[in-house]
Amino acid sequence: MKEVKPVEPEHGTPLAGNEPLIDVHAHFHSDLSGRADWGAYNASRLHAGERIGVIAHVASILGSWGHTSPTYFSSPADLTHANDWMRAFAERDRLAMGIAQPRLFSYVAINPNYADHALHEITRGVAAGAVGVKIAASRKADDALLDDIARLAAEHQLPILHHVWQDRRREWPGQDASDGVELVRLAQRHPDTRFLLAHIGGGGDYAHTLHAARDAQNVFVDLSGSGIDRGMMDATIEAFGAERVCWAADLTLCTGLTKAWALDAIGLTDAQLTDIRWRNGVRLFPRARFTVGDRVLSA
Amino acid sequence: MTHKAQWFADVDVSAWIGPYPFRDVPHPDPEVLVRVLERERIQRAWVGWLPGVWHRDPSAGNERLRRALAPFAGQLLAAPAVRPDWPGWQRVLSRELEMGVGCIRAYPAQWGYAPGDESLTRLARGCSEAGVPLHLTVRFEDVRQRHRLDSAGDLMAASVRAVARAGTRCTLVISGAGREFIEEVWWGLTPEEQQYLRFDFGWVWGPPDDHFAHLARTVEPSAWVLGSQWPLRLVQQSRALYELLPALLRQSLSFTGRRRDP
Repeated sequence: MKEVKPVEPEHGTPLAGNEPLIDVHAHFHSDLSGRADWGAYNASRLHAGERIGVIAHVASILGSWGHTSPTYFSSPADLTHANDWMRAFAERDRLAMGIAQPRLFSYVAINPNYADHALHEITRGVAAGAVGVKIAASRKADDALLDDIARLAAEHQLPILHHVWQDRRREWPGQDASDGVELVRLAQRHPDTRFLLAHIGGGGDYAHTLHAARDAQNVFVDLSGSGIDRGMMDATIEAFGAERVCWAADLTLCTGLTKAWALDAIGLTDAQLTDIRWRNGVRLFPRARFTVGDRVLSA
Repeated sequence: MTHKAQWFADVDVSAWIGPYPFRDVPHPDPEVLVRVLERERIQRAWVGWLPGVWHRDPSAGNERLRRALAPFAGQLLAAPAVRPDWPGWQRVLSRELEMGVGCIRAYPAQWGYAPGDESLTRLARGCSEAGVPLHLTVRFEDVRQRHRLDSAGDLMAASVRAVARAGTRCTLVISGAGREFIEEVWWGLTPEEQQYLRFDFGWVWGPPDDHFAHLARTVEPSAWVLGSQWPLRLVQQSRALYELLPALLRQSLSFTGRRRDP
């Protein structure tokens, strides 16, 4: 199996409208992901992104997605391969598209249990153009093992996208998930680091997260996840303010499109919509250069 | 005709009104639903009484549903719940049918029916004789976020297979199923049995895993109906799933112009 050539784009207005969309929580698969259709998966994500109007995917690969080590407890070797592969994939895509600036941007995915490896991966990633750090669920967010990682991320102006189980009331198999309370403890220890609390629609009770993280000014939240509860986005924006909320899709671009449409229907101002669709992404990722054609997006 | 002017669907088969017991849901009111349907270019909806799902006796909820929908007759069609393990259910069913329904709803998981429960088959037979569909809901919320008191669990695919195999010729509308559930039911039935199945696809995932595209290729186009689960979920999801299908698959699916509702 190899990479699949992107489907020819369908012409016309993007489904989510003409204003740019930055997906701050995207994932791809590598050749070691253990699923035969990894190339089709990646091509589908890119094609759907074009249809929707996503101008940039800020993405990671979670090791081997369970093939040679668990998705949420990825081995150092799998993470090194995934990070290298993600950056190379972004460059191959840029060349294939014939564009000067990339539309794929890379997180450095790490496992905090391997602290030296994590720090090394971040340093290596920064040198190769990574724009953020992705932490999944290998260690609780408030564990001291994350402190050096958070400090290094701040030093390089890298936001940390942290997987969160909204209101984790017990342990779940397959991951050492954190919730908003635990992420906020880390954020309070590192006020100069910016954190992106992952997928408010990604499982658990989002209402708990709104209470847990609303006052932590260095914590942003992304709207991704399969959950499309009516009232969820309104409550999130009310709690965090539009300037700390980012549109994103994670594993389901269909719910991402639904939320982009719903943003138009819940009475936001144009400035709020712009913040959520792309401007907060520009603010969060100072190392990224997001472009629409020749236009460089600035906050 | 422009894209915007067209109706997207004749009917949303899976809507409710009324408050949800486990969290606040904004404005679960019929006048709001009517506005949402117009915005989303859906002509009408089959509407159930949401809190009644967790009542032992759905009768009072059905009456409140009728009163709430009365000003919107023609656009919002009642989907009352009939509990076929209770005495006199045939009388309840007849009365509801006389007043007019979009479909009849049943909640086997909340009522404690095991797969193969005979009462559900009897209800399906009654619906079939009246020519109205029987509507079953797989889930209301993602399992990861449910209230600890919401312990009924999901409807089992085995329950759907059992009633579909009973030979009642009742149209079964299944709401809230994902790919695995749909495939487990679809490929677990004979072609004759399959023709009475309808699935709303609001819980099926689109790209990049493309479950809906896969199902649209493998399951009969006539099996697909639009259902939103409003007011719990955003109505836009079905249109998003449809629009993200490959163009050829979009052409094979239509939710308007059917000779009759599912």
